[in-house]
Amino acid sequence: MALLQLSEPGQTPDPHSRRFAVGIDLGTTHSLVAAVRHGVAECLPDEQGRALLPSVVRYLDGSGRQIGFDARAQQADDPENTVVSVKRLMGRGLADVVGHQRLPYQFVDQPGMVAIQTRQGIKTPVEVSAEILATLRFRAEDTFNAHIYGAVITVPAYFDDAQRQATKDAAQLAGIPVLRLINEPTAAAVAYGLDNGSEGLYAVYDLGGGTFDISLLRLSRGVFEVVATGGDAALGGDDFDQALADWALAQAGRQATSAHDKRAVLVAARAAKEALTGAETTTLACSLAGGALQLPVSRTQFDRLAQPLVDRTLAAVRKVLRDAKLPMTDVQGVVMVGGSTRMPTVQAAVGALFGRPPLVNLNPDEVVAVGAAIQANALAGNARDGELLLLDVIPLSLGLETMGGLVERIIERNTTIPVAKAQDFTTFKDGQTAMALHVLQGERELVADCRSLARFELRGFPPMVAGAARIRVTFQVDADGLLSVSAREQGSGVEAAVVVKPSYGLADEQIANMLKDGFASAERDMAVRSLREARVEAERMTLATRAALAADGDLLDAAENTSIEALLADLTSIADADNHAAIDAAVKRLADGTEGFAAMRMNRGIQAALTGRSLNDI
Amino acid sequence: MTLSDDDFTLFGLTQRFALDRAVLDSSWRALQAQVHPDKFVAEGAAAQRLAMQWAVRVNAGYQRLKDPLQRGAYLCELRGAPIQAENNTAMPVDFLMQQMAWREALDDAAGLADVEALDATVATQQAQLVATLGQTLDTDGDAVAAAQQVRALMFVAKFRDDINRRLEALDA
Repeated sequence: MALLQLSEPGQTPDPHSRRFAVGIDLGTTHSLVAAVRHGVAECLPDEQGRALLPSVVRYLDGSGRQIGFDARAQQADDPENTVVSVKRLMGRGLADVVGHQRLPYQFVDQPGMVAIQTRQGIKTPVEVSAEILATLRFRAEDTFNAHIYGAVITVPAYFDDAQRQATKDAAQLAGIPVLRLINEPTAAAVAYGLDNGSEGLYAVYDLGGGTFDISLLRLSRGVFEVVATGGDAALGGDDFDQALADWALAQAGRQATSAHDKRAVLVAARAAKEALTGAETTTLACSLAGGALQLPVSRTQFDRLAQPLVDRTLAAVRKVLRDAKLPMTDVQGVVMVGGSTRMPTVQAAVGALFGRPPLVNLNPDEVVAVGAAIQANALAGNARDGELLLLDVIPLSLGLETMGGLVERIIERNTTIPVAKAQDFTTFKDGQTAMALHVLQGERELVADCRSLARFELRGFPPMVAGAARIRVTFQVDADGLLSVSAREQGSGVEAAVVVKPSYGLADEQIANMLKDGFASAERDMAVRSLREARVEAERMTLATRAALAADGDLLDAAENTSIEALLADLTSIADADNHAAIDAAVKRLADGTEGFAAMRMNRGIQAALTGRSLNDI
Repeated sequence: MTLSDDDFTLFGLTQRFALDRAVLDSSWRALQAQVHPDKFVAEGAAAQRLAMQWAVRVNAGYQRLKDPLQRGAYLCELRGAPIQAENNTAMPVDFLMQQMAWREALDDAAGLADVEALDATVATQQAQLVATLGQTLDTDGDAVAAAQQVRALMFVAKFRDDINRRLEALDA
């Protein structure tokens, strides 16, 4: 007998309820996946009921992998093949990774991004991260017994373009459609804002395993505006472990040289640090090659070791307030995020700086994933319209190299995205017909002190005397914070453009190759995946168009309406076939055919926004 | 409403220097709530592109209007007196003397407290210049004189950038 489907009053079992989107916090030490279920955002636990997944991947003999707790348990025994804190390596060259000499890996310093030599060959940080993401994806899909529609993935606010791109690449490799990348503190504020109904200026102090972010957010009526962000991409709980481990070794007159010993003393330091959150004293204990190490540690001793690290976070807090030209007294609350904010010394220092105790009422490990899930739910169209809008800023200034190794800033940091800005440059030599463009990110004036994002050339404009050519360079940053740059010689119309990704991101063919090489998520064969993605896109587009017609169909005349209905019918008839290229083509026809309608709707929305505002003024 | 309307029209504001920041902010949020690409996530590349253009346009106007210096320069331009800072560097002598005195004070500043005190002085002066600019534009309606005041404010803003760099170095 068929079961009757019952739904709660006011909720219909429409296709929306099947489109579930998740929020993923891809953390340095732990990762989590969360989703909105029955109207509540919550972290999804694994089969043993654990929400946290240690961000640890171990490559086994053969082709197997251990991910999470199993891998972490083995890290001291197999450190070279057990990758922890991979987030610190994302989008980085070896020289960028502070303290890499102390890490137990065999690094491969290849151009672009550093990689690690494991017993299964060279693994990039993108591949390692993708293993973690795929594990979370499978957890979510098992929970809901359905494919995920997409994910919002969080990144530290301070992540630069290369790091964001690497994160997106990892998601793609794991077979996860990325709805948006959002900043971790923004996600935390989403969780706090909606749960507590807060309004006003808030600081989010996020001290995770490997990164520190401080963000100022203005919350009002469902809008989360990031006023400013700052921080340190290489400072986190790991550094506290390291400081304690170094101190313990020095106290005991011991050294940790082997990979096993280095790992063992770090694990012990971490355990001692966590114990000191609740206790005044503890014992740091581990077994090293030269015999057991046992050392009592008091909280006072630990706090003294932590002091320089805590001070670095406070300096970053003052700097971000200065950048935003806001006094400390404007801050109405401080949200604490990240497991490292459990340390009493951190809570005390932050409370003293702001002159008020920080907010700690949500689980600091879960708050980011929960916020991401709320945003994912909204982007998937499951939340009521207009409920939530994130307005983000770029964390670092973007510019171009000019004569003498100097950087000309095109877009200043903390500018709200999306943003586009153009600036005119000219030639330096008579008869010059090409110009090299070097795109940079950072706050310093010298090219050598900034991060190089991309180089490209504008070639083939007509020769002119020096200074006569007018080359307009346009920087555009999209809502994910990713940059594209184009250049055009105004007189001749010669153009060149680059999507900034080649120096650190992966090319699409590299991703395709990795998928072919038996990556964990590739078990679902590529063709099946393409078809599924095409169908999801077709459904998404159909629902969106139907919703648009229902809301604003009166904008269309009869002929326009008929033509859109025809395109919809066309797509519906094709969507059940097994030809993903045909589905893609029909989706594109519908998208092109509704472009004019979209423009009309946007205009109506803007008029409504203005009218609504003027009414409020009266 | 089109992409090429001026910022004041776009934000539904009277074309003048004096501005209620709260009204600007709420207008900006209301506009972004209509045009942001996130509102068109499911609607294909064309709608995304259009939304992106609008969101960029709204953000550009917001950046321009919320900063008094940029807002002043923009009004001068709308009223036929473009700033042309690169071709027009002539400044009154007493203004230049004060600039030199400030720069010397910054060079001589011994520590954080000195630099912060200097910054406070400069900030006060900046606020006075902004008030004068508002009067020149809104009361006197003299765009040419206002353009000269904008150029003076550009000097002051640049100097405050230098002070901030110094503060960062001291606080590092």
